[in-house]
Amino acid sequence: MVAFVIRRIFGMILVLVAVSFIVYLIFIVIPGGDPALRLAGRVATPANIASIRQKLGLDHNVIVQWFDMVKSLLNGSLISYYDGTNVVQQIKEGLPATFSLCIGAGIIWLGFGILVGTLSAITAGRATDRVITGLALIGISLPVAWLGLILLYLFTENGLGGTFGTLFPPGGYVPLSQDPVQWVYHLILPWLTLAVLFIGFYGRVLRSNILDTINEDFVRTAKAKGLTSRRILVKHVLRASLIPIVTLFGLDFAAVLGGGAIITEAVYSLHGVGYLAFQAISTQDLPTLMGVTLYGAAFIVFFSMLVDIAYAYLDPRIRLT
Amino acid sequence: MATTGTGQEEFTLDTASQLAEEEGGARIEGRSPWALAGRRLRRNRFALAFLGLFVLIVVACLLAGVYAHHVSHLGQNDTNTGGVITVNGNKVHVISQGHTTIVNGIPKIVIGGVPIGPQWGNAGGQYILGADVLGRDTATRLLYGGRNSLFIGFTSALICTVLSVVFALLAGYFGGATDWIISRIFDLIWAFPVVLLGIALGTALSLNGFHHGPINISGNSLWIPIGVISFVFIPYIGRPLRGQVLALRQREFIEAATAQGAGSLRIMFSELLPNIASSVLVLFTLIVASTILTEAALSFLGAGVQPPNPSWGTMIADGQGTLANNPWLSLWAGLMLALTVLSINVFGDGLRDALDPRAKVRIEH
Repeated sequence: MVAFVIRRIFGMILVLVAVSFIVYLIFIVIPGGDPALRLAGRVATPANIASIRQKLGLDHNVIVQWFDMVKSLLNGSLISYYDGTNVVQQIKEGLPATFSLCIGAGIIWLGFGILVGTLSAITAGRATDRVITGLALIGISLPVAWLGLILLYLFTENGLGGTFGTLFPPGGYVPLSQDPVQWVYHLILPWLTLAVLFIGFYGRVLRSNILDTINEDFVRTAKAKGLTSRRILVKHVLRASLIPIVTLFGLDFAAVLGGGAIITEAVYSLHGVGYLAFQAISTQDLPTLMGVTLYGAAFIVFFSMLVDIAYAYLDPRIRLT
Repeated sequence: MATTGTGQEEFTLDTASQLAEEEGGARIEGRSPWALAGRRLRRNRFALAFLGLFVLIVVACLLAGVYAHHVSHLGQNDTNTGGVITVNGNKVHVISQGHTTIVNGIPKIVIGGVPIGPQWGNAGGQYILGADVLGRDTATRLLYGGRNSLFIGFTSALICTVLSVVFALLAGYFGGATDWIISRIFDLIWAFPVVLLGIALGTALSLNGFHHGPINISGNSLWIPIGVISFVFIPYIGRPLRGQVLALRQREFIEAATAQGAGSLRIMFSELLPNIASSVLVLFTLIVASTILTEAALSFLGAGVQPPNPSWGTMIADGQGTLANNPWLSLWAGLMLALTVLSINVFGDGLRDALDPRAKVRIEH
């Protein structure tokens, strides 16, 4: 087990190094032309451009430039092209909002996903199952941005909601430490918006997992022993069917933390890490996007490793491969 | 002809079919798996109805250039901010002019800058679904935007599927170092959040376009979102297919083909590919739904289709500003997106059930 964990950690570091190189290629090599030209503006003198090139280290070779980029991210000295603010500092400031959004939404989607999937599987083929399956299909087909805007229109004072008095605030983030009630109040709509897609998806996956597990031998044995169907469902079927769901949750949760919630943050003006990236798009501020992308990838790689280790702990057969 | 009477003959499947033929007069014919799947699909009325809806949406959008301007009298990017139209005989500004009127002695403020809502048929075909803040016709843009969204979704899904199939065949067939390298490439792309990687690439590329080597693509070309989206989804198809190829590689028919002297290319494309074809088809429908939604997400955030070109994603973003006074603009584009993706998902489900009722092909998110 120890050897396995060490191997995985080593693998994670290698992947992160490769990821940072890809990010370097995307942000420094792809944007055709010279970043110094872009920075210097329209009325740049050759001396001006040369000094910017030197300042940014663009006159070094590829490997040195890449190394400098990683170094500036690690020691927190990466500066935005647009307003000169510190990118690493801004990411740190965005973390509480992003974590609040993702943790709440994660709890909602995991809970409702399990509920919906189980309900649908035990009523398979009947009306309840059909309704749930239909709703789940609709849930995975809704564009997140649109769902967010519709909820905003229906339930806040800015739209139809105004006729019923203000039901929910139209967005913004209130820190948990400042006012826990307002924190929940401001986050309910974003939580729902982010969770709907995953509820539909998890419900579908769990339904088919349960229907597969019900035909296994150990379930027949449990029935033969005379266990009640409730006990069989909870202790035997669900326990086996939930393992893939837990894996899925680990990866999805990491993806959402690592920038997957950008649309929800943009719609509800939650000033999290995703919102930072959203603003960087319109100002074409590459260092900020670079920082957020690397931060997101680091989260996903780290959580994948955790999921792998948890899985190996639960199922010793995996450690061998 | 089976001999009956003694009851001592060996009873095989052939005997059964011969007996059936004697009794019923009809021959039992072998049916290919594809024919069986086609029959199962034809019986699934629900899936077919949604396929019909999808075809309807696609045809309506593709033919936009033929009929849209005859109805709305405006092209997809024609602005009309100061325009005045006639609705049921009354003159109405396309974009409302702010002013105050006295109604029954009470001053009533009319907010300026709000685009006109849906006119249905009342304005002689103009602004059937309303206008946006620049006075552009929403119905026209919805059709042209749909064309862009569907084109990007389908082309990127197609490119992504073809690349993934080739990668999966190479990795699964050659194994060893090839497999290691391709699997690590999958891992690397997988390590990025899809939307964020899309945004990163989309923004970096749309700055000045892509000008490396012989390829010259301008910054607002549709090929940039297409390239970005097909790239980010490669591991989502490539990984499950690689697993299937790896398992098939061990089967006897591959050994038989090798023994006959078949080369690598022939084994990959004539032996392995037909055996993963049904999975490829199902994964393709699932990935089309994802690429269309991703295009909408990127365009909504401003890293996909660049203005003034319409797409369903940019139209949702356009409507965000006027949400309080005119929610229609966002509503239509999102509704079209949801209907399109829903019809693809329902049909995809039907297709999966038809191709292999026990199949467990699914896309990991």
